[in-house]
Amino acid sequence: MADQAIASRRAALTSRGGSAEAILTPAPAATRISLRAGADALPALSAALGVTLPTRPKTSASSGQRHALWIGPDEWLVFDESEADLMGAAASSGTLHSAVDISHRNVAVIVSGPGADVAINSGCPQDLSPAIFPVGACSRTIFGKAEIILFRTAEDQFRVECWRSFSPFVFGLLSEGAADASH
Amino acid sequence: MLLIYCPYCEEERSELEFRGAGDAHIARPANIADITDEEFEEYFFLRQNPKGLIFERWRHIHGCGRFFNAARDTVSDRFYTTYKAGEPKPDISAILQSEQDKGAAK
Repeated sequence: MADQAIASRRAALTSRGGSAEAILTPAPAATRISLRAGADALPALSAALGVTLPTRPKTSASSGQRHALWIGPDEWLVFDESEADLMGAAASSGTLHSAVDISHRNVAVIVSGPGADVAINSGCPQDLSPAIFPVGACSRTIFGKAEIILFRTAEDQFRVECWRSFSPFVFGLLSEGAADASH
Repeated sequence: MLLIYCPYCEEERSELEFRGAGDAHIARPANIADITDEEFEEYFFLRQNPKGLIFERWRHIHGCGRFFNAARDTVSDRFYTTYKAGEPKPDISAILQSEQDKGAAK
């Protein structure tokens, strides 16, 4: 006899909050700016923000609770988990740049556990293997139908930033992915 | 899943992150106010829609956000190459020839 696949019934909404393999936690409040600047402004901006803005694709830089994520050739997401004033810091650089406060436009979900990458890959096409997407790697990408910014904070932990209005969708789809990751 | 190489991210990414943006290398006339309606129609609306090789603009909208150019085959949907905006058209025949040489060497 061939092995039978046993499907276990799972009630709706029971997977909210993730699974043992991939735990979902809403991230605490943080300040965030969307930063656009030319290459000539980078040294002064990095000094003013206290974190060196990365210039290579998919890389990030961190200093304490402050993180700068490369998004595009002249675009960064800078966020501070201690809710420090990033707009003021950027303005104090005295350089030509564009900084938009998006602290409350974005929310973040922390996905952690051995199945974190599987849970995210349920809706995201990027290769999250450690060689391609190592700790510290970040990328704007797509998750289901929502745009997200993905940031690998540890081997088995990701930060998923999405727009506030997309967060119920993102959290719901991540919950389903987390449930599937435990199979 | 179709993978497209983004010249700014320097990596192949899923087609889900991209959006097509029409033909590439269409220069806007410098004297746009002086040209006739027919010339404007030619510049603004008329496209070749070729069967086979086409040069197109693509945007990595759910990635780095950058526009870039791509040489694509409209029949097979194959991307021959992608290159940064502003760079000249690459020599596709050279790419095809080198692939043929590689194939023959195998």
